[in-house]
Amino acid sequence: MIPLGWYLIFAAALFAVGLFTALTRKNAIGILIGVEMMLNAVIVNLLAFWHYWVQQAGVPQLDGLTFAAIVFVVAAAETSVGLALIISAYRRLHTAVANDMDLLKG
Amino acid sequence: MMSEWVVPVLWLLPLPPLLAFGAIVLFANRSNRLSHSLAIGAAGLSWLGSMLVFWRAVTTEHLAEHPFGGWVLWLPTGETWLTVGVQMDALGAVTLFFVAWTVLMIFIYSVGYHNFGAKRGVDDRAGLPPHGALVKGVDGHKHHVPSLEPMYARFFALISLFAFAMYLLVVSDNLLTLFVGWEVMGLCSYLLIGFWYGKPSARAAAVKAFLTTRVGDMFLLLGMAILYSLTGTLRFADILGNASVLAALAGQVSPVLGLSWAGLIGLLLFLGVVGKSAQFPLHVWLPDAMEGPTPVSAMIHAATMVSAGVYLAARFFPLLSAGWQPGMALTPTMMVMAVIGAGTALFAATIALAQDDIKRVLAYSTISQLGYMIAALGIGAYAAAVFHLVTHAFFKALLFLGSGSVIHGMEHGALHTGEHEDVQNMHKMGGLRKKMPVTFVTFLLGGLSLAGAPLLTAGFWSKDEILSGALNGGFVVVFVVLALAALLTAFYTARQITLTFLGTPRSKAAEHAHESRWEMTLPLGVLAVFAVSAGWAGIPETFPGLGGLIPNWFGEFVGGHALEHEVSHSPVPLLTSLLVSLGGLLLGWLVYRRQVAGAADPLAKTLGPVYSLLKNKYYIDEFYAWLLIRPARWLSETLVADWMDRRVLDGILHGLGRFGIWLGEVLRRWFDLPVVNGAGDGVGRGARWLGMVLSPLQNGHEQTYMLTAVIGVVTAGVAFILLVVF
Amino acid sequence: MNALQIIFLVVAAVTLASAGFVAGARRTMHAALWLVLTLLGVAILLATLQAGFFAVVQVLVYIGAIAILILFAVMLTRGLTEEQGAVHHRWWWLAALAAGGVFAVALVILNRWPGFQVLLEELPREAEAMTDWGLALVDPMRYLIPFEVASVLLLAAMVAAIYLAMSRPGGQS
Repeated sequence: MIPLGWYLIFAAALFAVGLFTALTRKNAIGILIGVEMMLNAVIVNLLAFWHYWVQQAGVPQLDGLTFAAIVFVVAAAETSVGLALIISAYRRLHTAVANDMDLLKG
Repeated sequence: MMSEWVVPVLWLLPLPPLLAFGAIVLFANRSNRLSHSLAIGAAGLSWLGSMLVFWRAVTTEHLAEHPFGGWVLWLPTGETWLTVGVQMDALGAVTLFFVAWTVLMIFIYSVGYHNFGAKRGVDDRAGLPPHGALVKGVDGHKHHVPSLEPMYARFFALISLFAFAMYLLVVSDNLLTLFVGWEVMGLCSYLLIGFWYGKPSARAAAVKAFLTTRVGDMFLLLGMAILYSLTGTLRFADILGNASVLAALAGQVSPVLGLSWAGLIGLLLFLGVVGKSAQFPLHVWLPDAMEGPTPVSAMIHAATMVSAGVYLAARFFPLLSAGWQPGMALTPTMMVMAVIGAGTALFAATIALAQDDIKRVLAYSTISQLGYMIAALGIGAYAAAVFHLVTHAFFKALLFLGSGSVIHGMEHGALHTGEHEDVQNMHKMGGLRKKMPVTFVTFLLGGLSLAGAPLLTAGFWSKDEILSGALNGGFVVVFVVLALAALLTAFYTARQITLTFLGTPRSKAAEHAHESRWEMTLPLGVLAVFAVSAGWAGIPETFPGLGGLIPNWFGEFVGGHALEHEVSHSPVPLLTSLLVSLGGLLLGWLVYRRQVAGAADPLAKTLGPVYSLLKNKYYIDEFYAWLLIRPARWLSETLVADWMDRRVLDGILHGLGRFGIWLGEVLRRWFDLPVVNGAGDGVGRGARWLGMVLSPLQNGHEQTYMLTAVIGVVTAGVAFILLVVF
Repeated sequence: MNALQIIFLVVAAVTLASAGFVAGARRTMHAALWLVLTLLGVAILLATLQAGFFAVVQVLVYIGAIAILILFAVMLTRGLTEEQGAVHHRWWWLAALAAGGVFAVALVILNRWPGFQVLLEELPREAEAMTDWGLALVDPMRYLIPFEVASVLLLAAMVAAIYLAMSRPGGQS
C-alpha cells in the first residue's frame, strides 16, 4: 500500500545523488560508482512502473521485467569494461584520477 | 506458401560479407590471398543467394500483392514494436539483381586493381597509393612496375562490410533496418574514400562526404520519426501497402507549410535521398569522393550507395505520390523532386563538359543520371525510373571500372617511362584503343549506353522511357530539360571516348600504356554484356517495329502495382532521343577528334567565360566554403582558439592596456568599415565574455562535458515546465 | 500509515543516507563500502515492489559481483595519487545544483501525472510470471532478439575486459 510516487521520488533522489557522485569525484572508480547508483535508480523506476502496470492491467506484464533485466546486463557489462579500462589506464598512466587521463585532449 | 525455402535464403543474404569482414579484420589480415578469397567467396555466396531469390521472385505470380519475406519483433516501444524483417518484391528483386552482379564484379576487379601478386614497393607506406616497385626484366633492365597495395586486406574487409550494408538495405522490410544499412554504408564510404588517408585531399574528401550525407540523413531520421509516431510502424507493407494509411497520411494537413503529412514525410525522406544520391544542393561530396580507389568509386557511385538513395525514393513512391493520380497536378513533394531531379540532371551534365579528370567526368555524369531518375519519380514515371536505375548501375559500374583500367594502364606507362604525368587527365591520353583493346571495347559499349545510343544499348531504352513518360504526362519543361541533358551527356561521352581512346597518344605514358590483367578485364566484359542487354528487358510494346518482339517484361514486373500511365508511344520522344544521342555523339567526336598534345580544350575557346564557370563547377564549393566552412573555421580558430584562449586570456594576464591596443588593431583590421566600427565594440566585448565563459569547457575532462550536458538537460527541463506546465 | 509504509520510509532513508556517504566519502574505499549498503537498501525496496526475482538478482549481481569488483579495483589502483588533496572537483557546488535541478525537474513533471498518487496494491502471486517470462525471453516473436543482443553484449564485455586488463609480457610497464 505504498504510493507509486514514493518510489519515484526515491528513485529520482538516488539518481540525483548518483549523478552528483559521477560528476564530482576525481577518482575514475568514484565516477563508476556514481553511474552504478544511477542505473540502480533506473531499475527501481522500471520495476515500480512494472508493478503499477500489472495492477492497472490486471494481468501479468513482461515488458518491465525485460527492461529491468537488460539494464542489469548493461550495468554488469559497463562495470566490467569500465574497471578493466581503469586498471589498464592505471597501469600505463599511474593514476586513477579521471582528470589526469586526458590523452584525447586536443 | 510456395516460397518457404527462399525465405531463409533471404534472411541470410547479407550475412556472408559481414562474416567475411569479421574474419578478415580479426584473423586473415596477414594473408592477402586469404583475405581476398574470403571476401570474394562471401560475395559469391551472396550472389548465388541473390540469384536464387531473384529467380524465385520472377517466377512468383502476383508478386506485387504478395511479396515474400518474414519478420520478428525486436523492441517494444510502448504499445508498438520495432521489428526486424526481410521482404522481396519486384523493386527489391531487380535491385538485388544488379547489386549482386556489380558487387561480385567489383570484388574480382579489385584483386587486379590493387596489383595482387605484384612486388611490394620499397617506398610504399600504408595510407598512400603504391608508388611502384623496381623489378629486373628478362632483358636485364630494371624498370618500374605497379606495386602491391600496402593495405590490401583492409580494403577487402571494408568493401565486404559495404556489401553487407547494401544487401541489408535491399532485403529490409522496414525503414529501420534499411536505415541501419544506409548508415553503415555511409561509414564505409567515409572509410573507403579516405582509404589512402596519407593524402590530405583524400582525408578532406572523406570528411566532406560524411558530413554532407549526414545533413540529408538527419532529415531522413526526422521523417522516420514522424512516420513512426503517426503510424506506429516502419514496415513497408503496413505503410505503403495499406491504402487507408496512405489516404489518412495524405488527407491530414501537417503544421509545416500546409503540406499533408504524407507530403511532409515524403519531403523529409527525399532530403535524405538528396544527400545520399548527391542531388543539388548536396551533390558536392561525390566528385571529391573520386579520391578513393577506383573500385570504391564504382561501388559507391554506381552500384550501391547512390543507388540506395534512388531505391529509397522508389520504395516510398506510394507515399511520395500519395493523393496523386496520373493526369492530376503534381503534389508539392513530387514537384520538388521533379524540379531538383531535372535541374540536377542538366546542371551536372554541363559541369561534366569541362572536366579533364576521367573519373570526375563520370562522377558528374552519375549525378546527372541520378537526377534523371529522381525527375522520373517526381513526374510519376515509376517503372521508367527503376529501369534507369538498373541499367545505369550496370553501365556506370562498367565505366568506372573501365576508367580504373585506363588509369591503371596509364600508371603502368608513367612508371615505365618515369614520366610524372597526371594519369587521370584525359588530355594526356589518346590512342589507347590499340594499347588496351578490351578496355576500349567495353568502355565504348558502356559509353554508348550512357549516351543512349539507339536500339542497341540499355541506356537508350531506359532514357527513352523516361523522356516519353515526361512528354506523355504533359511535363514539357521537364522533357525539354532532360532532352537537353541527354544531348550534353552524349557530347561529353563522345569527348571522353575520343580524348581517351581515339587519335594518337598525347603523352609518353599513353604510348607505353598496356592492357590490364584478366582480373580487371573479365568484370569489364561481364558488365558490358549487361550494359547492352539489360535494356532489352524493358522495350515498350508500343515501340514501332521492335515493340512486342521481346515482351516488356520489366515494365510488367516492376510497374505492375504502381500508378503507371500507359499511353501510346508517341514518336516525339523517340525522335528526340535518337536526335540528341546521335547528334551529341557525333558532335563530340567532331570537336575532339583532332585534339593534339598541349592544345587547349576547344570548348574553352567557344564558350569563353562560361567554360571556366563550368570548369570550376559553378563555384559551388567555393560558395559553401564561404557560407559554411569559413564561418565555422573562424568561430573555432579565430574566435575560440585565437581570440578567446590566446588573446583574451593572455591579454588579461598582460594587462588591460595591451588588450586595448590589441582590440584597436583587430578593430582596424577586421572592422575597418565605419559602419561596422560601432558594432565592433560590442562584438569584441561579447567575444571576450563568451571566451571567459566557454574556454574552461574545452579542457578534455569528460566530467566537465558531462556537467555541461546535465546543465543543458536541466535547462531544457525547466524551460519545458515553464512553457508547457504553467 | 501502515507497517509496509514505515518499512519503506526507514529503508529509503537509510539507503539515501548511505548514498550521500558514497557521494561524500573521503576515501574511494569507503565510498565503495557505503555503496554496498545502498545497493542492499535498493534490494529491499525491490522486494517491497514484489519483484522478488530482481531483489535476489540485485543482491547477487550488484552486491555479489559489481560491488566486489569495485572493491578489488580500488585496492588494485591505490597508489601515488590516491587520497591526496580534495576528492571532489572544486566546482562541486555547480554539480550539486545540476543534480538538484534534475531531481526538481523530474519531481515537478512527475507530480503532474495522476498516477503519481496511486497506491500500489499487493499483487496476486502469479503476477511475477517467471515461467511465462522465461519462455517469452526465448520466443522470436517476443524478446528473443533483445535477449540475444544482451547476451552477446555480455560476452563482448567479458572478452574486452579480459583483453584490457591483461598485462602483456614485454608490454608497457
